[in-house]
Amino acid sequence: MSTSDSAVLPRNGGGLRWLRGQLRNIAPFATLLVLVALFSIASPSFATLDNVANIARQVSVTAIIAVGLTFVILCAEIDLSVASVANAVGIMVAFFTLQDQSVNIANFPLPGAAAIALALLGSVALGAVTAFGVTVIGIPSFIMTLAMLQIGAGICAMLVRGQIAYAVPAPIELLGSGSIGPVPWIVVVAILVLAIGHVVLSYTRFGRYVYMVGGNREAAEYSGVNVKLVLAAVLIISAVCSGIAGMLGVAHFGSAQQDEFDNYLLDAISAVVVGGTSLFGGQGGIGNTVVGLLVLGVLNNGLDHVRIDSFLKILIRGLILLLALVINVYAQRLRAKA
Amino acid sequence: MQSGAPLLELRGISKSFGGVTALSSVDFTLEAGEIHGLVGENGAGKSTLMKIIAGVHTSFEGEMRIAGQPARHRSARSARDAGIGMVHQELSVVPELSVAENVMLGVQPVNRLGLVDWPGMMRRARALLAELGIDVDPRVPIGSLPLGLQQLVEIARVLSSGARIVILDEPTSALSPPEVEVLFGLLRRVRDSGRSIVFISHFLEDVLAICDRVTCFRNGRLIETAPVAAIDKGWIITRMIGAGHEELEAGYTGEIRLDSRPGAPVVLACEAASGPGFREVSLEARAGEVLGIYGSMGAGQLDLARALFGRTALSGGRLSLDGRPLALRNTAAARRAGIAFVPESRRSMLFAQEPVYRNVSISILGRISRLWVKPAVEREIAQRQVESLGIRPPSVQRRLGTLSGGNQQKVALAKWLTHLPRVLVLSEPTRGMDVGAKEEVVRIVRGLREQGIAMLVVSTEPETVLSLADRILVMKRGEVCEEFAGGTVSKDRLLAAA
Ligand SMILES: Nc1ncnc2c1ncn2[C@@H]1O[C@H](COP(=O)(O)OP(=O)(O)OP(=O)(O)O)[C@@H](O)[C@H]1O
Ligand SMILES: [Mg+2]
Repeated sequence: MSTSDSAVLPRNGGGLRWLRGQLRNIAPFATLLVLVALFSIASPSFATLDNVANIARQVSVTAIIAVGLTFVILCAEIDLSVASVANAVGIMVAFFTLQDQSVNIANFPLPGAAAIALALLGSVALGAVTAFGVTVIGIPSFIMTLAMLQIGAGICAMLVRGQIAYAVPAPIELLGSGSIGPVPWIVVVAILVLAIGHVVLSYTRFGRYVYMVGGNREAAEYSGVNVKLVLAAVLIISAVCSGIAGMLGVAHFGSAQQDEFDNYLLDAISAVVVGGTSLFGGQGGIGNTVVGLLVLGVLNNGLDHVRIDSFLKILIRGLILLLALVINVYAQRLRAKA
Repeated sequence: MQSGAPLLELRGISKSFGGVTALSSVDFTLEAGEIHGLVGENGAGKSTLMKIIAGVHTSFEGEMRIAGQPARHRSARSARDAGIGMVHQELSVVPELSVAENVMLGVQPVNRLGLVDWPGMMRRARALLAELGIDVDPRVPIGSLPLGLQQLVEIARVLSSGARIVILDEPTSALSPPEVEVLFGLLRRVRDSGRSIVFISHFLEDVLAICDRVTCFRNGRLIETAPVAAIDKGWIITRMIGAGHEELEAGYTGEIRLDSRPGAPVVLACEAASGPGFREVSLEARAGEVLGIYGSMGAGQLDLARALFGRTALSGGRLSLDGRPLALRNTAAARRAGIAFVPESRRSMLFAQEPVYRNVSISILGRISRLWVKPAVEREIAQRQVESLGIRPPSVQRRLGTLSGGNQQKVALAKWLTHLPRVLVLSEPTRGMDVGAKEEVVRIVRGLREQGIAMLVVSTEPETVLSLADRILVMKRGEVCEEFAGGTVSKDRLLAAA
């Protein structure tokens, strides 16, 4: 699963040692299998083709955000602004689209292509501001993206002023809520973004730098890698992924309004971490994130099928995240020792 | 030494990592009140044996007895409780914590409320450091100190922990000669108090000077143990490497000829450069010449080297490359300009979790690929380096962290040898290498010199500079205080100048 090592390191006899080294990849996968088995037994409606499509649709927006976040976390940084940036960019694209008479927003209608381009540019700009703060000024990403979270919320508030917008450009509408045959477009886009993320991380020079910077920043520096450039790039990539998720999300939900992405910050971080990408950087990848997304998706969806107290659901998700964090840190230690 | 059971006794110890045998049926005894030297080539298994004793490796074959009692540690912690303390080859200080906290790590004094007693801790740390003759402020973060002092502080921590068995894995590699003297005084006092020390080192002179008995390792086997009075360097080298290499380490006690090349074109020049740790340094690195910069710990030569690679910014003065002004905004700019650098600490140079080939290829990735990485090409290039540097085991797929310390150091050098730079700056290039490998470095550096590369060798070890340099600058308190160009120089004169 992890592109960084399982494929290239020889297994070298010692099976147990190898297994321990792979804990971060195996544990999430095992969790996924167990959850699927449990829910399949508990509810006949869970293991149906329809429901699989449901799960895929439910995790799509999170998936797109999580791709960018995977880059950031691999570099041992964090981006807390992803959901807020998604919301802001989603609102931007609606802001540049002609809205219905009933919507009382002082918006600025443009042709669809221009609206999309401007919104994308907006996401790049937000990412660039974060990157500037982190790499040039030297603000820790944790703090800088917290500020950006607030700035994103501010942009949302300024643009919609408590109103709700509905219209988005036609291509966005199609990708966000249309489908080809039985397959929703948004699922296709999510798979595409995941695939691109995977290819970039595993097969390009830039991807290698991401792993190296996350693995040992000082060593990357001493190898003549432009560490600041890599960090700036991952923060911008994260913002652009969030932006895409935001635009499609707005079409997917059918409206653009304040605070509608609030759950996605925790979901995206959970997906990456539950999947086994190391919070200390340098290990993991999109393969891990895919498994993390499925664990989260299956859990959310499955809990609905077994008709569990919906308040308990929240607690269960929290506990699962805690468990994943424990495994994450523990796997790091085992591997350092192995 | 007393009769009866030895303090520590190991029987039939074997240990393998996956398919690699690191130790095979080793019998080793440590008597009470002795300093026991361990020598052997890089990868011979010295650190592995010590990690078994210190409870770091818990799965192995064979048995261990402490004072006659069978012992089997479950963890490093239980080994510590049994009175075994170890200073690892790789420093394991916590850079962000203060010196005092590092000294007292795990044994912080607490007050009645159960909180850390800060004033008490500072007082005790200060007293301890003073007693050991280490002159540092216990309040500063340890990461801000030069490597040598960090090493001394870490040794101080283990010595003061009251361990009966103290294992020092290459403790002197980062120390300057006066610091080594301080350490030796300390070790003798510890021994005379009846405690025992295992001393691993590649500095055979140090081993002969401080140890009571010496054990040689080769390829995971214990070859022979002998009292130090009965042996000499040649004896050790024969057992470490085999017969016929006794001339290695012939020593740099006599006069060394310098053949500087005053006529060669200047590649890298530095005019009145100042920066953190050094002031007003002017120097010229010439094509095909090795410029040695010697100074004791903290004299500024290591800081200068970092600045020449763009790691730290100059606060004054100018650099030029081939006569053209050179501004180094960051290390990437230095790499592009054709400057390469191997820092003194391998932890800050290598990626322990990545396979060897990625460690080798990282600095030339831009040359072998534009967009897509080409692992096959990387592996092939790395394989050539691994073979030509004699890195063992010779597999480029292994995770770097599983190599022995000296072999990791060779990988750090290998990184820059695939695409030859214009200027190669080596900071402590032979630290942690066995005598054979040191000779190998000398050979490599000579080879690079023939190819017209301008080299700077920066070190706190006179031997390193003497064995490699064609011209020598001596630094003191951040400034260049003497130059030896042409004629001869000796270790004594070098030490006197610094
Ligand atoms: N964690 C590990 N995993 C796999 N192999 C290891 C590991 N640690 C050590 N080895 C292997 O065991 C052998 C002995 O290594 P060890 O570190 O004991 O050598 P050493 O004598 O201390 O060498 P040096 O002088 O270079 O420090 C080497 O071949 C090394 O690659
Ligand atoms: Mg070792």
